[in-house]
Amino acid sequence: MAADSLLPAISRFHLDPPLLTAVLILCAMGLLVLYSAGGQQMGVVIGQGVKMAAGLGIMVGMAQIPPAQFRRWAPWSYAIGVALLGLVMLHGTGRGAQRWLDLGVIRFQPSELMKIAVPMMVCWYLSNAGMAPGFRCTLVTLGIVMIPAALIAEQPDLGTATLVAASGLSVLFLAGVNWRLLGVGTIVTAAGAPVLWYYMHEYQRQRLLTLLDPENDPLGSGYHIIQSMIAVGSGGLYGKGWLNGTQSHLEFLPERSTDFIFAVLCEEFGLMGVLLLLSVYLFVILRGFTIALAARESFVRLFAGSLTITLFIYILVNMGMVVGQLPVVGIPLPFISYGGTSLVTLLASFGILMSIHTHKRLLSN
Amino acid sequence: MVRRLSFDGRRRFVVSAFVVGAALLVWRAVYLQLSETDVLQGHGADRYLRTVELPAHRGTITDRHNEPLAVSTPVSSVGVIPSKLTQVRGRWPALARALGISGQELSAFVQSRLERRFVLLRRHVPPELAEEVMRLDIDGVELRQEVHRYYPAGEVTAHCVGFTDIDDNGQEGIELAYDEHLRGVSGSKRVIQDLNGHVVENVESVRAPQPGRDLALSIDKRIQYVAYRELKAAVREHQARAGSMVVLDTQTGEVLAAVNQPSYNPNNRKQLRAGYFRNRALTDTFEPGSTIKPFTIASALESGAIGVKTMIDTGPGTLRVGRHTVRDLHDYGLLDATGIISKSSNVGITKIAISLEPGQLWRMLAGLGFGAATGSGFPGEAVGRLQHYAAWRTIDNATLGFGYGLSVTALQLASAYLAFANDGMVLPVSLTRLPERHTGRRVMSRSSAQTVRGMLEAAVRQGTGALARITGYRVAGKTGTVHKLARGGGYAEDRYVSLFAGMIPASQPRLIAVTMIDEPARGEHFGGQVAAPVFARVMRDATRLLDIPPDDIAPLLPQNEQFLTRVHTADLPPVIRP
Repeated sequence: MAADSLLPAISRFHLDPPLLTAVLILCAMGLLVLYSAGGQQMGVVIGQGVKMAAGLGIMVGMAQIPPAQFRRWAPWSYAIGVALLGLVMLHGTGRGAQRWLDLGVIRFQPSELMKIAVPMMVCWYLSNAGMAPGFRCTLVTLGIVMIPAALIAEQPDLGTATLVAASGLSVLFLAGVNWRLLGVGTIVTAAGAPVLWYYMHEYQRQRLLTLLDPENDPLGSGYHIIQSMIAVGSGGLYGKGWLNGTQSHLEFLPERSTDFIFAVLCEEFGLMGVLLLLSVYLFVILRGFTIALAARESFVRLFAGSLTITLFIYILVNMGMVVGQLPVVGIPLPFISYGGTSLVTLLASFGILMSIHTHKRLLSN
Repeated sequence: MVRRLSFDGRRRFVVSAFVVGAALLVWRAVYLQLSETDVLQGHGADRYLRTVELPAHRGTITDRHNEPLAVSTPVSSVGVIPSKLTQVRGRWPALARALGISGQELSAFVQSRLERRFVLLRRHVPPELAEEVMRLDIDGVELRQEVHRYYPAGEVTAHCVGFTDIDDNGQEGIELAYDEHLRGVSGSKRVIQDLNGHVVENVESVRAPQPGRDLALSIDKRIQYVAYRELKAAVREHQARAGSMVVLDTQTGEVLAAVNQPSYNPNNRKQLRAGYFRNRALTDTFEPGSTIKPFTIASALESGAIGVKTMIDTGPGTLRVGRHTVRDLHDYGLLDATGIISKSSNVGITKIAISLEPGQLWRMLAGLGFGAATGSGFPGEAVGRLQHYAAWRTIDNATLGFGYGLSVTALQLASAYLAFANDGMVLPVSLTRLPERHTGRRVMSRSSAQTVRGMLEAAVRQGTGALARITGYRVAGKTGTVHKLARGGGYAEDRYVSLFAGMIPASQPRLIAVTMIDEPARGEHFGGQVAAPVFARVMRDATRLLDIPPDDIAPLLPQNEQFLTRVHTADLPPVIRP
């Protein structure tokens, strides 16, 4: 009976039951791992729980907004985002890198906003300019994507910059840009790599080199990777058990409750835990892509698709970093890593996905 | 409406990218978690499993009555984790202020040790300072428990006990000599350590530490204290360079007190100067001068060269021996051996000495232990100098007879006087409490020893040692006033060593004491005036502390007759009164 009354309630609030279930499972797993990684402090877990609740609230809120509204907001939110990034450049705070904008009451990272605003803007532009973008359209799109990405990279926050750029470019790809153009772009990027190398910060170069040979500087730049791989490998098939990870609890593992929390999960829950988490993620991604495919209008279709791909890149980059396949970039693991900002952005994009899916259904009814 | 978007071939591409990406991750996870598990777990264990040393508790050094003289107590040291401390530079001034160092010092210290995981910043801090530092609650500042060696008697026993360095290794004195005995054997255990070196869990004990053994010295802290107090006062009063005093138990040869000036506080060695930590009573030698004369007499008595009644003409107070002239203070005229000792006549003793076979005097002095180690085992102990008689000239026989041309330590001199106290027997001296007394070694006949002891008693009763007298006791002893060697050769006219060697009670000596005052500068310089009073003051307290019965009660009686009677009347019941 409860389920009978629950389902209509969920759809009345424009929520997608499969996606909602998966998100709640991920949140629960996140809190579980965080309790162990954060030194078994209930305060940390409760704090993160509060942020999750707030994020879920925003998700529900976003789900109520009809997709047409997003389309209308796209240019504005993009413009505001770029302006805020400029402001960060001038008045930002943060240790090491300038990422935060202090609004008195809350501090937030405009770069997070851009994870949604950039693909939204590209979707808006391409859906207006017509599908299968030509050379000119592609150039404009690249401009739309690269301005905020460059501003973010300057902070410096290479991880977020990569994500923002990837989310924007994914739209271009989905919109059906010519394979030939794609090929040319790839070649140009490869040719420009030395230039990129030149503009990189020293520590960023170091991270790339470290990936190739972590043992080269085991106490310096290779430290993260080595400790992380030890943690992952120590887990074995079934893991050492919850709260029993030595690498993390003895503080050898750096950033264990944020960027490297996946290593804690690997050590304590082993390959089984990894497979479980990956299947939930894969389910979420496939569900998101299904939503995109089911959408009829090109703006929402592109938007849903790019949000899904962004999530996928998010997961791939973080996990790839933890297992030592990708360079160390500061990208958190969705729903698991400690921290509120990226969580809220993620849940907001899930709200958008739900909105896209449920409003279409209402319309067709 | 724009052209409808179908994603065309892109759909398949995206889905296969999802699958391939996930597959790559899974493949990598399988590789790390299944095939590399053992290797990586080993790497992990290398990082957190550590064998740590368990320091053994160092044994306590006590005096003969088990009063502690050196005790190991737990103490905190302030350490820092440079990598963490550099995150909170704003707190550095507070930390520097608490530790009493300048900001630059702290900064230089941390900056030069950035690669170290943990480093001790200030070791062995007082508990209240440790608490203050911890109250600052600075990330990267921690306390480590260490052991600190504390010396309750401070400067009084500093020279004998010595000290350890901050890592508990014996550096001086008994702490060094008995380092093995006191040290014990450290153990080890395997522990799980976190990144900051905190022990999170004890895995197993590999070897339990064996605590060091305690050590009881022969020193009696009470007598040591009295001797130190009086020596210090005398050195100050006479503005002397240095001083030493040794007190021996005549029955066992144990050293009951050995004190020196200048001394130092072993608990705070910051202002220590090199000369301060010499245990001069054992490490510094001097020419014994007139304190040797009794042995010359004993040697002469033993060989039959003189008898107790033999009279010797010491007039006119000077005597030429070869190119040298021996002088007395006054012309004493005819003296017997007792007179020579109590007047300390150089002329008289020279006449006796040159009448002796060189081997005679040498055998006596060598037999008493001069020129050889006492066997105390103390680090840096001096053996002194006693040339073999084969190389002697006539003048050497004479000068040795009154104590020049050989060098001794205060402990050697005290040990030699055991012969007079113990009726001709000497004992090996000891700085540690002896479980049983050693058998002695005879160096002169009982009658010679007793005879000379009588002469020494006369020297105190009516001769140069008058200031050594103690009411109620018969005291035997000999003064010595020795010219110090001049830097350019020969003897200095104005620099002396003042000596007194004595024993109490003379009827059956229990204690021997040698007092040496180096270069008294103010007031008198004669041994009888500088060193003898120190002997008297120390022995007055020592006899009371050891409950040694008086052997000369005659002077006590007149003063106390009335007092005794009064006590009787007051306390005894009337019936018993006669």
